Amino acid sequence: MAQAAIELIGINKSFGAVRANRDINLEVARGTIHGIVGENGAGKSTLMSILYGFYQADSGEIRVGGKPVSINTSNDAIALGIGMVHQHFMLVDNFTVLENVILGAENDVLLKSSIAKARSELDRLEREYGLEVDPDAIIEELPVGLQQRVEILKALYRGAEILILDEPTGVLTPAEADHLFRILKQLKDQGKTIVLITHKLREIMAITDTVSVMRQGTMVATRVTKETTVGELAELMVGRRVLLRVEKGQSEAGAVKLSVKNLTVKDSRGVTMVDNVSFDVRGGEIVGIAGVAGNGQSELLEAISGIRHAVSGEVMLEGKPIDLTGKADPGELRDRGLAHVPEDRHHVGLVLAFEENENSILGYHDDERYLKGPFLDVDAIMADAKDKIEKYDIRPGNPRLKTANFSGGNQQKIVLAREMEQDPGVLIVGQPTRGVDVGAIEFIHKRLIAMRDQGKAVLVVSVELDEIRSLSDRILVMFAGRVVGERGPDATEGELGLLMAGVEHQEAAE
Amino acid sequence: MSTPYAKLPAWADYGLIPVINLAVAFIVAGFVVMLVGENPFRAAVILVEGAFGKGTGIAFTLFYATTFIFTGLSVAVAAHCSLFNIGTEGQAYIGGLGIALVCLSFDSVLPWWVIFPIAIVAAAAFGALWGLIPAYLQAKRGSHIVITTIMFNFIAASVMVYLLVGPLKPAGSQAPQTRNFLAGAELPKLNWIIELFGAKIRSAPLNICFLLALVMAFLVWLLIWRTRLGYEMRTYGHSPKAARYAGISETRIIITAMMISGALAGMMALNPVMGDQHNVAIDFVSGAGYVGIAVALMGRLHPVGIVLAAILFGMLYQGGAELAFEMPAISRDMIVIIQGLVILFAGALEHMFRPYIQALFASVSPKSVGMQAVKGTGA
Repeated sequence: MAQAAIELIGINKSFGAVRANRDINLEVARGTIHGIVGENGAGKSTLMSILYGFYQADSGEIRVGGKPVSINTSNDAIALGIGMVHQHFMLVDNFTVLENVILGAENDVLLKSSIAKARSELDRLEREYGLEVDPDAIIEELPVGLQQRVEILKALYRGAEILILDEPTGVLTPAEADHLFRILKQLKDQGKTIVLITHKLREIMAITDTVSVMRQGTMVATRVTKETTVGELAELMVGRRVLLRVEKGQSEAGAVKLSVKNLTVKDSRGVTMVDNVSFDVRGGEIVGIAGVAGNGQSELLEAISGIRHAVSGEVMLEGKPIDLTGKADPGELRDRGLAHVPEDRHHVGLVLAFEENENSILGYHDDERYLKGPFLDVDAIMADAKDKIEKYDIRPGNPRLKTANFSGGNQQKIVLAREMEQDPGVLIVGQPTRGVDVGAIEFIHKRLIAMRDQGKAVLVVSVELDEIRSLSDRILVMFAGRVVGERGPDATEGELGLLMAGVEHQEAAE
Repeated sequence: MSTPYAKLPAWADYGLIPVINLAVAFIVAGFVVMLVGENPFRAAVILVEGAFGKGTGIAFTLFYATTFIFTGLSVAVAAHCSLFNIGTEGQAYIGGLGIALVCLSFDSVLPWWVIFPIAIVAAAAFGALWGLIPAYLQAKRGSHIVITTIMFNFIAASVMVYLLVGPLKPAGSQAPQTRNFLAGAELPKLNWIIELFGAKIRSAPLNICFLLALVMAFLVWLLIWRTRLGYEMRTYGHSPKAARYAGISETRIIITAMMISGALAGMMALNPVMGDQHNVAIDFVSGAGYVGIAVALMGRLHPVGIVLAAILFGMLYQGGAELAFEMPAISRDMIVIIQGLVILFAGALEHMFRPYIQALFASVSPKSVGMQAVKGTGA
């Protein structure tokens, strides 16, 4: 094996009583791409944060290029040639590319020589690695794929020899992801070392040389990518074999339960986010809306569920119109049988500071079942919460526990239990399994299909193509606020990917 | 990844940490006392004895505490709805106006037990009204409640000055205050309760409002944690987006919360006005509204915590007065410094010692912090 660029030896890190990393050993060879996979909360990000100086390990040793080092701040890491591209970009939106690149590396008061130096250096980097970006473009005007490129440039500008990427493809279209992978390969050929954190096994298989699997804070295995399979890695991640595709029977679509006609929605800046969208969802079918995040799916869900006002259009729920002019109250729609699992469970679907039982009535808190006059019927709420915990296998099964203390998957189950147990006629779900571990994904998918089989109309929005393809009976693709295509569940990923990227659907159909 | 929550057992959260914060505040205050050349231990003894040593001291301490319970509850109710009501001061002041109008009208014809309920309603209504306007501006216009309530404190002060040097001042009087109420508007004292325990009381203003404050503390607990309205307020307080999702009207919840907060603030005026001075004088609130912010924060927005914090601040007020009297080197301002230190450590630096205590608990007993030990570690 080539000389190690990074060695982590016996790393331990606890947050309070949570042991996020336990006795982690990791060796990444110079000039390779090393993947780290694991479920949410497995400790991947913590480990990389230790390497990048955001956290200090409780014990253990870090060696960079064979020498033991101590990394206390991200400046130490940068000085050692370690760069990081975060999942959420650390860019100043209203700065230019150039200004962002020199941010934190400015050397003079008037910036003149810094900028000149940065410009020539950027030029060199762009030529060398094929990272074309206009240095004078304003960040907020760039698509996400390019913004990410700026992040990479930032790291390279600071002399990074080791590049850590945290879930880099979460926001990218398949085409953008492919481009990113080409860049990463190029960087590798130039001798850079790359650590890629992801939970997408396909990416690991496509691009890495070696891969390490983390589970519950420990490093359970390291494999040479060529010698392993997706199935093996998935099994290592969760500790058991999982179904990557849910079994489901034919759908028996019934009457139209939710009908959207010519719906147009603008955001707070007045930008049209949903542009003249029409579709129907029938009882007994799951309609999936695919698309790269930010193409109007969120606004569509919010408008249908009464959270956001629509500019024009018509939405019929069980044959009766919904008032879209702003008088539509989510509470009223709930009474009419529309259940909504929002995309953002942390800020919308749940109140994290609440106890589990309090969240199990959110939105239904004015239901007579949970009230005694103006007072909450605490006994009824607790009994109800316990019932849902049992039915949905929510763990830990303690309704008095603060919701923030549940894992992502269990938080999502709390929301799903609340919405599904109301026996709604129409269920709309945003990102059903975002940030949810593999075990819970399977459970959630099965529940959604069970809803469908009971004759409910289910509308699912997800940026995970796999999920859309495995759940949906019909797939709608949204791009730039419009529905650009409808496909059956057997559509190929490439076909959907082209639609998602906004390539004309005539082309995509070929 | 998200920062894992390490939760402390309730007794440590609500008991141990405040006690540690308080202890540190007093140690630092002790150094300040040393700096001016006095013996900090003797000062502490004087302070505590002044507040709790004699019946009169206890009565005064509880009298001050009564005021702070009302203002603390007022701040807390708004805070549960994530509204920072700085206007408790002004709402209490205007509440006093409501009481004055009731008392001046009826004190010659009605007994106290009829006037008292009317005055409670008037105080609450006037305070609520003074909270309503900033709430409306916040809900409908987006004017920040912190700014508007501060401005309303000034407006309240100006209105009261105008009324107390003009329309409400008896003709021929030199003092900027209403005429003294007649016996019908004087609330019964509670000194007999303390005398039951064998302590002697000379003259102290502790009155029936103390019991009213305790009742309100219970009602606030009921409101926040046991009613639908409280649930909605807390939902909005933690996450306006979740409230919107749950079909809770933003306008309605902001206005309701601020009116309840204002009503509690207004009721504070009952204690000094009807229980002690028997008139409404200029600046009778004298900063109790601002102390309420500290009390609410220190009491962690929980009524029980607020009652305890209010008693602590009552002690600082009463014991501090004794201290300033006994130790000439310690002026009234020094007492304010000590109070400031308590606010600093108990309020602003509340989380300073928490991580260490959490780490301590975690290492001694992981279960106690609500975390399951990771399987296989034997921890």
